[in-house]
Amino acid sequence: MYVAVKGGERAIDNAHAWLAEERRGDREVAELEVAQIREQMSLAVHRVMAEGSLYDPDLAALAIKQARGDLIEAVFLIRAYRTTLPRFGASEPIDTADMACDRRISATFKDLPGGQVLGPTFDYTHRLLDFKLAAEGEVPPAPSTDAPAEPVPHVTGFLNREGLIEEAPADDTPPPDLTREPLEFPADRALRLQALARADEGFTLGMAYSTQRGYARNHAFVGELRIGAVTVEMEIPELGFAIEIGEITVTECESVNQFKGSKTEPPQFTRGYGLVFGQSERKAISMALVDRALRWEELGEDNVGAPAQDTEFVLAHADNIQATGFLEHIKLPHYVDFQSELELVRKLRREAGASDMKEAAE
Amino acid sequence: MTDQSYNFAYLDEQTKRMIRRAILKGLAIPGYQVPFASREMPMPYGWGTGGVQVSAATLTPSDTLKVIDQGADDTTNAVSIRKFFERTADVATTTATSDATVIQTRHRIPEEELSEDQILVYQVPIPEPLRFLEPRETETRKMHALEEYGLMHVKLYEDIARHGHIATSYAYPVKVEGRYVMDPSPIPKFDNPKMEMAAIQLFGAGREQRIYALPPYTKVVSLDFDDHPFEASKAPQDCALCGASDSYLDEVITDDDGSRMFVCSDTDYCEKRREGQAA
Repeated sequence: MYVAVKGGERAIDNAHAWLAEERRGDREVAELEVAQIREQMSLAVHRVMAEGSLYDPDLAALAIKQARGDLIEAVFLIRAYRTTLPRFGASEPIDTADMACDRRISATFKDLPGGQVLGPTFDYTHRLLDFKLAAEGEVPPAPSTDAPAEPVPHVTGFLNREGLIEEAPADDTPPPDLTREPLEFPADRALRLQALARADEGFTLGMAYSTQRGYARNHAFVGELRIGAVTVEMEIPELGFAIEIGEITVTECESVNQFKGSKTEPPQFTRGYGLVFGQSERKAISMALVDRALRWEELGEDNVGAPAQDTEFVLAHADNIQATGFLEHIKLPHYVDFQSELELVRKLRREAGASDMKEAAE
Repeated sequence: MTDQSYNFAYLDEQTKRMIRRAILKGLAIPGYQVPFASREMPMPYGWGTGGVQVSAATLTPSDTLKVIDQGADDTTNAVSIRKFFERTADVATTTATSDATVIQTRHRIPEEELSEDQILVYQVPIPEPLRFLEPRETETRKMHALEEYGLMHVKLYEDIARHGHIATSYAYPVKVEGRYVMDPSPIPKFDNPKMEMAAIQLFGAGREQRIYALPPYTKVVSLDFDDHPFEASKAPQDCALCGASDSYLDEVITDDDGSRMFVCSDTDYCEKRREGQAA
């Protein structure tokens, strides 16, 4: 019995002890080190950093270990830790044009300045189980070359030169912060992007996929996808100028979408944008498609009633920590409300039975 | 033993100040849902994070805290939340309703009448009483602003047309001081009349980022119709343990044949009555 008996406290302690034992697994097998998770489960680490909104590979790896590999549980651990951290200030915006790219591809041009760089991608692997990995084989080092000396230009910059794509003027308005202010609607684009950047990957993927299948289709091309390290700078008040405080890996996707002219604007392409902590191109592309779908109003498009066009629907349900909490809370005791429903259903059935009998008698 | 690595009652002082502002605003506009920047807590959304944040912002070191879930002090989540505050705030805790200065509750109001020096904190899952009639927050906020509650009355009327009764047995909507329609959280409607009380009532919805409040002696009316007046209902039995005929009862299945007994959901009330009988 999980409630209503004295001893709930002992039950909880015992459950936690059992949980710790299950997490450890068979003690004959060597224990996983946090560094092993960080190095060898790096995409899981990246996902936890992105959805946990905290860039710290060591803590993310620790959270994955503690959560027994349940990534949403790991995200939750990171979020609960993050919220206790003091805030010293805000960094300067990162400049993805200066990114040291590990990967940079464009689906819209065959070749372009900076080149197509595949980087460490699963894209062209054959999905055949590699049994060598089960036999502890070391991999030979990959061939390497010198990094390009020049920064790699953004693809949308080439389109913009001809005026073929909508302008994206620089905007210095400080973005809202949904971790410090309650989410309120209507939400502007900066707030939507912030919510999407920490949104559940699966939810974002499903929403983006729905636009591809005709629910607010917006003909997305991957104008550019780039993954790599960018420096983070912060202005120190005592110094009066910005200094480098670290380096983070991000994935950026710029989608080039359907065009439509209006009376004042000649036909031109439009933009969707995705930016995610770590290497997570599925999430970055999904984010760009959903961002574009949510922009229907400012671009003067019709609302076709698609879920991906509905800001309130998307933002209110995209956070997996909120969603899983509320979903799973229905396993907590509800017997008081259930009891009141029982009484009501019994009463309604009694009355229905009585009126049936009366009709039969008549 | 307090865990010194966290601030008193876990939340930092800035956050508590932000929550206290929301509480004060809520008390100034009874029944109005005040948006607040809810924090991620170390327990999941849905486990009472709103109530926990309100309690954390309300507690002082000299307070005595009681936590109940489904009326009972010993349900697992009540135990867990009580432990959380024992650890992070080192406050005294109690199961006796009359000894508590702050009571955090889920789904019940204690049977024993509360006094002016007590605060009752509710955990709220869906603060918006109109949510299941209109899913959009932008719309429901407008409806509250315009006092446009016709939809709610239509819903209650349709219940009567279909079932002969209003088919809402818990989280039964109330009107506060003749202005805001408010969700009393999923308490059984049996508890609704108790909401006009001497204690301060605070409602916290963490995931939905809302706080609302009822100052002492606020007028709280359960919605009804002249020809279908509100009725606070409970199981028609008496408590099998203490014999109370006036308390809300839980139904417990006692064997494989489905035999059942009815016992008080408020464990402190039931125990006190039994002690009284034994003495």
